[in-house]
Parts: sequence; C-alpha cells; structure tokens
Amino acid sequence: MAEIDKNIDVVVVGGGHAGIEASLAAARMGCRVLLVTMSRDAIGRMSCNPAIGGTAKGHLVREIDALGGEMGKIADTTGIQFRLLNRSKGPAVWSPRCQNDREWYSKEAGQRVLVQAGLTIYEGSVVGIEIEEVGSIQRPRILGVVTNRGDKINCRTVVLSAGTFLRGLMHTGLSNREGGRYGEPPAKGLTENLEKLGFASGRLKTGTPPRVDLSTIALSRLEEQHSDNPPHPFSHSTQAITNRLVPMYLTYTNPNTHNILRKGFDRSPLFTGVIKGVGPRYCPSIEDKVVRFEDKERHQIFLEPEGYNTNVVYVNGFSTSLPEDIQEEGLRSIAGLEKVKMLRPGYAVEYDFFPPYQVKLTLETKLIDRLFFAGQINGTSGYEEAAAQGLMAGINAALAVQQKEPFILKRSEAYIGVLIDDLVNKSTEEPYRMFTSRAEHRLVLRQDNADRRLMMKGYNLGLVSEFMVDRLRKKEALISAGIAMAAQHTVSPDKFNPYLEKISEGRIEEKERLAKLLKRPNVRLADLVGLDSLASTPAIKEILSLSEERLKNEILEQIEIELKYEGYIQRQVEQIQKFDAFEDQKIPINFDYGRIKSLSTEGRERLSKIKPESIGQASRISGVTPSDASVLMVFLRG
Amino acid sequence: MTKNPAEKKAGFFVCILTVVNSSANLYIQLLLKPPAKQNVSLAYESDTIAAIATPEGEGGISVVRISGDGAMSIAAGGFRGATTIDKMSSHTAHYGRFVDEQGKTIDNVVALVFRRPNSYTGEDTVELSCHGGRYLTKRILEATLRLGARAAQAGEFTKRAFLNGRIDLAQAEAVADLIHARSERAHQSSLAQLNGVLSDRISLVRERLVESISLLELELDFAEEGYRFTEKERVAGQLKSTVSQINDLLTTYSVGKIYRDGVKVALAGAPNVGKSSLLNALLQEDRAIVTEIPGTTRDIIEESISLGGLLFDLIDTAGIRETEDLVEREGVRRAEERLSNCDILVLMLDGTRAVGAEEVAAISRLTNAVEQRGASCVFVLNKIDIMEPERNPVLDVEHITRRHDVVEISARTHQGLESLKELLVRKALRDMPSTSEGGITITNARHFSALKRTADSLGLALETLECGKSGEFVAVDLRAGLDALGEIVGATSTDDILNSIFSRFCIGK
Repeated sequence: MAEIDKNIDVVVVGGGHAGIEASLAAARMGCRVLLVTMSRDAIGRMSCNPAIGGTAKGHLVREIDALGGEMGKIADTTGIQFRLLNRSKGPAVWSPRCQNDREWYSKEAGQRVLVQAGLTIYEGSVVGIEIEEVGSIQRPRILGVVTNRGDKINCRTVVLSAGTFLRGLMHTGLSNREGGRYGEPPAKGLTENLEKLGFASGRLKTGTPPRVDLSTIALSRLEEQHSDNPPHPFSHSTQAITNRLVPMYLTYTNPNTHNILRKGFDRSPLFTGVIKGVGPRYCPSIEDKVVRFEDKERHQIFLEPEGYNTNVVYVNGFSTSLPEDIQEEGLRSIAGLEKVKMLRPGYAVEYDFFPPYQVKLTLETKLIDRLFFAGQINGTSGYEEAAAQGLMAGINAALAVQQKEPFILKRSEAYIGVLIDDLVNKSTEEPYRMFTSRAEHRLVLRQDNADRRLMMKGYNLGLVSEFMVDRLRKKEALISAGIAMAAQHTVSPDKFNPYLEKISEGRIEEKERLAKLLKRPNVRLADLVGLDSLASTPAIKEILSLSEERLKNEILEQIEIELKYEGYIQRQVEQIQKFDAFEDQKIPINFDYGRIKSLSTEGRERLSKIKPESIGQASRISGVTPSDASVLMVFLRG
Repeated sequence: MTKNPAEKKAGFFVCILTVVNSSANLYIQLLLKPPAKQNVSLAYESDTIAAIATPEGEGGISVVRISGDGAMSIAAGGFRGATTIDKMSSHTAHYGRFVDEQGKTIDNVVALVFRRPNSYTGEDTVELSCHGGRYLTKRILEATLRLGARAAQAGEFTKRAFLNGRIDLAQAEAVADLIHARSERAHQSSLAQLNGVLSDRISLVRERLVESISLLELELDFAEEGYRFTEKERVAGQLKSTVSQINDLLTTYSVGKIYRDGVKVALAGAPNVGKSSLLNALLQEDRAIVTEIPGTTRDIIEESISLGGLLFDLIDTAGIRETEDLVEREGVRRAEERLSNCDILVLMLDGTRAVGAEEVAAISRLTNAVEQRGASCVFVLNKIDIMEPERNPVLDVEHITRRHDVVEISARTHQGLESLKELLVRKALRDMPSTSEGGITITNARHFSALKRTADSLGLALETLECGKSGEFVAVDLRAGLDALGEIVGATSTDDILNSIFSRFCIGK
C-alpha cells in the first residue's frame, strides 16, 4: 500500500475542468487535498472542442475568474484566437470566446495544479466510496474512497467529478469500445457502488467530430475568421494577451455530403438504437441535422486548428458517430476538404450521470453528507459548466471541513447560481448547457460586471488576492464618482455638436446633462472624456490618471453601461426584488408535504424529493404547478 | 349556497412591488445589501372553527357552521335531540334544541352533519340551522366558541377547502367570485371561468408570445450558428395584435365588474316629480331579492331590481330642491355629491311643471359632475299621460338634454317603462360588447391586474423593438409580460422558449 497522508480533507476524483477548480479552490482555502486522476498528463484535457467560452459560457468563465478560479487564466495564457461574440448587441449578451492550443492548455492546467501547496496528485481511479452510518436520524457521512490500486484513502469530504468516464462507451459506427475519451479507459465500479448506496443513475450521450490534417486542407479557398485584435481576456488579472493570433476557417456541407452521410445511416449507432443515452438538442450530430432539417441545403463547418505546433484540426459542426469510411467520404465532399486526411474519426460517448435532483444547492448530495458531485456527473455538458460546478463544490467541501456556512449563489447574482439552481430543480434530462436566455436577470448578470458582482465573495472565501480587491475598490469608487458627475455635469452644444455630427447623432440645441447625452446609442464616454470641460472634472481626471490602461477602460465602460441602460436595469432590479421576496420565504427543513392534501400528486412527489429551501425554489421545480406554489404559500403563512 | 358573511376573496400569489432607488448603479447596491432574514411560522393547525354562515340580518333562518376535528364533539356539547351527534350518519338532518352552558335552551335547531372528507371543507362539519335573528344566532355561535371552537377568520372555510384539496386555486377564486356574484350574468361568467375558457385563451396568447421571444433569443444565444434576427416587422405585428387582444379582454373588466358588483342608479328630481311612483312601478315588476353585503354603505339604497340579468341598485337622496336655507343648502350640496357618484344618473322632470332657474342650475351641476366621471345620464319625463305637449318642460333644459337620452314615461300608467328599462341596461353596459370575442368577461381583479401588467410590458417591449434596440432589451419586457400571463395559467417561461427554439431551428455547430 502506498504512503498516503492520513489527514486528507478533500479527495477530488477526476482531473478535468471541474476537478481542477475543485482541488485548487479547496487547497487555497487551506485544505489538504488529494486529486485522483488516471494520469497526471490528462489533467485539464479538452476532450472535445479546443475552445473556452462562447455565449453564456463566456459569462461563466468570467464569474469563475471573479471568484478566484483558474479557467480564465489558463484560457488567456494558452489562447490562439479571441473573439467577443455578439458585439453588435447590448453588453449583456457580449460573450468572450477563445480557441486554445489544446496541448498547451492541458500542460498549463497540470502545472498550476502541480505547484499548488496543499494539493497532492494520486494516479489511479476510485472504485468505491466508504461511508459511516451515524444512526437513523443523521445521514451517513463520508469516510473515504477505495482506489483501483487497492488503497483506502481516508478523508473528510469527497468531490466526484469523473466526467464521461463512468462506464464510458464510445461508438463509431456499429463498433463500440469502453472508454471515457479517445484512447483512455473508462472508470468502472463507481456507478454500481453509488447505486448500492441509493443513488439513481441515468445515461447521457455526447459526441465529438473527426480530426483532420491541416496540411491536406486547401486553406486558400476557404473563408477566414480572424481574432479580435486586441483580444479581450477572460481573466480580470490578465493585463494583455501577447500570443500570436491565428485564424479559423469556414466552409459548408452540401447536398452531396448529406447523401453520402445517408448511405451510412444503416450503420449508425444513433439510428439503429444502439445508443440509449439522451443527447443534447443544441449540439446535434451532423447526421441528426441532416435528418431533422432535411430541407436545409448546407450546414456551417468551422475548421479549428488545435494549436501552434500541431497539424490536427478540429472539424467543428461535424460531430458524428457514423462509420469511419462514411465520415471520411463525407468530409471529402466538402469544399476545401477534397483531399483531406482524417487523423481520427468522430465518435459518440455514452456515460453515466446522476440526475442532479440528488444534490443540494451546495452540490453536496442529499443522501450522503460531505459527498459532492460536480460536472458531467450532474448531467451538464461543457468545460465551463463543469469548471463552475467544480469551483462551487471545492469551496463548499472546504467550508464543510471548516464547519462554516455553505456558499450558494442566487439566480439573481450569477450564471453559476442559475446553473446550479436549474440542475437541482429541473433535474436535466439532456446534457445541460448554459444559455443567456436561461438567466431571467440577464441584463444585470453581465460578463463585464462579474468582478463587481462576485469578487468580494471570492475574497472573503480566501480565493482572491488583496491586490485584486484593492483594484476593485478603486474601480467602484471611481464608477460611483463618474456616475455622480455625469448626473450633474452639463455639456454645451458648441463643444459637443461636432462630435455628435461625426457619429451621426442629432445635434443638441442647449446645454444637456452628460448622463442624458450618454443614453444615445452611439455616444461613447471614452470618446467624450477628452472634450471640453469634461477632462477637468475631478472624477474623469482621476480616471484618466490611472496607470492601468485596462482598468481605465473598464471604469469608463461601467459608467457608460449603467447610464445608457439605466431604465432597463431598473426594471430588472425591480424584477429581482420581486423574485427575491419569494426566495426569502423559507420552507422549514424536513417539511412534510404529505400534510397538504391539495398539492397535485406530481407536485407533492417532486417537492418531497427535491426538498426546496424556499417558495421561490419550489415554484421552479418542474412538475410543481403555480397552484401548488400558492398552496404552499397559503399553508406556510398560516 | 350558504356562506360565511365575512368570506372574502383571497388574494393568492399576489406580488407586491417595492419602490426602488432610482439612481444608477442600482444592481450593485442591491447586491451589497445584507440578505433579509425571515422567520417562518407554521400556524396551520386543524383546530375547529365556527362562524355564522348566513348573511347578517333578519332572514328566515340562520346557519352556524362548525368545521374541524372537534366539530362533532363541540356540536354534541350543545345539541339536545332524539339522536346524539356521534350517532348521526353523514349528510343527515336532525331536529333538536341547542343549549347554553347552564343547560338553558337558546333556540330550536336542525343539525346537519357532514363527516370528512365529504364536506365543503373536507373536515368534519356540523351546520346548525336556527330561527334566524341576529341575537339568537350570535348566542348559538358564542355557545360553540365556549365549547372550544375558534371564530373563523374571513375566508377560512374556503381556505380549508382549498388546503384539503376539495377545490383548486382557480376554483377557489371562482368560488369567491360566485359568492360575490349577485346577478345571473356574473354567475355565468364565473362558471365559464371554472370551465377554463379564459385559460384556453390565455394559453393561446402565451404560445404566440413564446414564439416571438424565441425568434429574438435565437440570435442572442446562437450567434455562432449565424442566426440573425430579421423578423422585426413580424414580431412587432404579432405584439400589436396581442396587445389589442389583451386590451379587448381588459375592457370587459369594467363590464365584468358591473356584472359582479351591480349598477348604481341614482334617482334625482324635484319633490313630487314622481320618484316614488317610478320606484314602485319598477319594483312591482322586477323587484330583486338581494342579500346584504357586509362592509358596503347602503344607507341610501332604497331597493334593487334585476334587469337583463344585471342588478340595479336604486339610490334616492334629498335630491334637487330650491332652498334659501344655508344649512339646508349644504345638505343639498352633499346630496348632489353622492348623487353624482353613481353609474347612471336618472334625472326626472315633471311634465306638468316648468323647470325653475335654480333647478336648471342644479341639473347642470349634477350632469356636469356625472359626465366628468364618465358615467351616464338619463332624462325621464314623467306624467306624459297628463302633460300638455305644447308646455313640455324638456324645452327649459334643452341645452342639457340634447347631450343625453330622454325617455317619456308615465309612472302611473307604466307607459314608456319598458323603454326606460332597455335604456338602463344599455347604459350599464355602456354600449360596449358585454364579452370579448369568445365569450370571455374578466371579472376577477387578479386576472385583470395580470393582464394589465402583460399589456404594459408588451407595450414597453414594442417600444424597445421599434426603436431598434438589441433583442435582450426587448426580451426583458416580453418575458415580464409572459410571466404575468403565467400567473393566470401557470407555466415556466425559459423552458418553453428553449423548447420552441430547439424544435424549430437547427442549432449546434
């Protein structure tokens, strides 16, 4: 038996995007952490798309960063293309996204885990967890884990973040093999162990496209998609990104491609019923798209180079589990790919998950104290969703060890709050992905104010540096000063009309308050600060004198957004107050729903299962009708 | 249906907006606020409640209702008859006496026993019918309270029925409406609501809204897939038609309110103009049996009549009088104020007498006040059977009457009475269609409020859409509108929107 620390606080199972955040957060909060991973080199591997962020996912990364997580920093360090999506829309839906050097990302992540004090890596896999029964009233508590190497590791808490590895089964055509990721074995035994302990499990499916050789693509004939320059970093602490930026390439499938793919449908594990797991509707395989949207003549394909020093290209939009020969033939029918060499076929992977109604808002399981679930095991898809959960599970595991109050983010505070609340209450039936439309308070949960929303919380947990918080405090003070100044300061027609004409905005006839002028869609505060008397106001003077260019821009941007969208933000704030009123109506723990006969049968069942903490949460549980929520409210008010 | 006189419509799930700070930086300030702590009390116990279940007043009989676990034993404590309460089977009536704690008979009663769960509340229930009269009924209630019952709060019987699963939320509201329904039409409208006509209509409107929102959201969440929002005109058109549909529904509310609350008709005119004769003539034909409603001031209501399925409360006051007395003049002024506070003002003129200058001034004041409130005026020219046509007093006030309908009647011979009744019904409904397309009338204040908020939100969304702002700004109000509609029919927005997107568009890179 190997020499293992007898005083492990947190065991994190799985070194993927959830496991990285969980282990780093817990270690930084002072816990002794053991990260169990099959291979040290596999830490932070990007199983699918070599990209971080995108709509709503970018918001998650910014929030993770504001709370002191690692994903944004790794993405910034290893990014090869950066784009701020939805730039033509309002700031609430601007979403950062980057392409990464796949190998570098994993190396960088592994390095950061390796150097973290208090964090030890254990190579192997967990085959079971051990629990201690503590009488009939209390729930059983975690004792430790058992590994495939025969070690029994005692610990105080466990974070399970095993990704797609639980009984992973990979399909290409009708042949399938066990595994969680290309060339890597599955994790066995753990599902059975958890089922024995009373957990319900389900089966989900996800897929990945083939990889092709860059040197065999006729790049010159393809449309290029370039990076923003300068790039917008994810991390609040990144000063500037200096990596060489590379383009992506755009092409399309055609009717011929679709015909070729159809030839392989009789050998498709998806259409022949071999695959039992439920796949995501928002990320269908190419064969799914061909079938469901028969009249669409072409589908968009992004060719994404996987890094600086590799020929591997990711064929984004061509996720498939069709037979290998069909995949290759299909690819070669696409413009620019006529002579393409397929390096590795796409595949679908089925894996076990545990429907997430079984966890609390802290991600601790309802069945076993101090056992936390994070990532795909909870039915989510995506690195960002996994990382967000990993961070929250790591934080709450550490807080449990330290016997402190748990850390929960509300839906009105963060996308992370929306994510976990949705998981617990709606208990997803398909792989869950974040969308901005899932956040009902979208106009205030912006990626640009993630630090203002969350950084103090990260600091209080011990995850954010004094330096970053000082920066935030300075930022807040100057934003307030700027807003106050804009409400008072008037601008005169003679000094400002030339600017207004230049940006095709109507002239002003008399003096106007700056705050009012900023409400016009094309007026930018950054353009105005040099004009007239504005530059000499104490607030603007102080902002302009800041040495950090990025901070300066952030402050001006915040002032402008707050003022420009004040009316909408105000409406949203009213909605939040209304919303929070229901969140504040707590339901006692162990409330007996059997006592209320007027609840619908399904409602009563769901409520008893999920045990919501508030009326607001109860009303969001699928199967609970508004009438049920009203009954509860009437009942609780007495 | 028997009822608790204090039964009040329960306002379930009503949200109250708090006033918010109007400065910028609102949200961050909100985040910095410490969370509100709230203690939850679990006050629900299945104690036994009692109340007088019939309207107050000197009715034929009165009923005291007792409901809860102790209903049977409490009733048994005071009931003396051939059978004891515990031996009575459910849904049977038994004659006996009800005695006070000294064993003295208060009144002869009939005890009706309902055993759970087959009662209105779903609990053990005993109803004691006694001889009516405020005093005796109150004494019986007091006796039950001494025996251990608790005085029921307003709406508590219905609340228990609701909590015990005897009725659902929509039904609870419809029951509350039915209890308040004082006329035939209100009754029908409550029944229609119970049958889900309104829900169907709202669901249809919701579906179309979800479609509009999904068109907007598509572009926001799937920018990478190359979706662009190009259907501004279509969405704007859809919103406009939805708003106008909701406005149609909203206009039925004032009518609906009239169905439920009745029409206040004020009779005014100089002494001896024939107000009493008209009142008697109307009552003779259409007297309505109405129950007293607690809480309303009805001291000046003379009588009620039922016309065209609507209930009209006829109000008579001091009316128009010429007087020199200052004190009396003040009285008249106040009376006029009350008169003008009606749904319909009926101004009576005496066909045999000219209208004096003072009277013309009073009529002018009254009609102005009523018109300003948007209420209706009707002129009634009485005594046409003995009027000399060439001395028609209407001519004296023609500058006023030409804006209004004039009905010629004889209260004595009932000539013209039918025309007057028709006119009153028409005025009550304000020449509006009584129901929107599809036969829906909004009578419930909560539904009205939710629809009103929906229309307001959609209006804001439309404004944002038309000034070319990005989809998420349109969506914030659209979704508020959708949520408001959801309060009526109940549904969660986000899932519906995403389902709509996934089912209609090819998503996924």
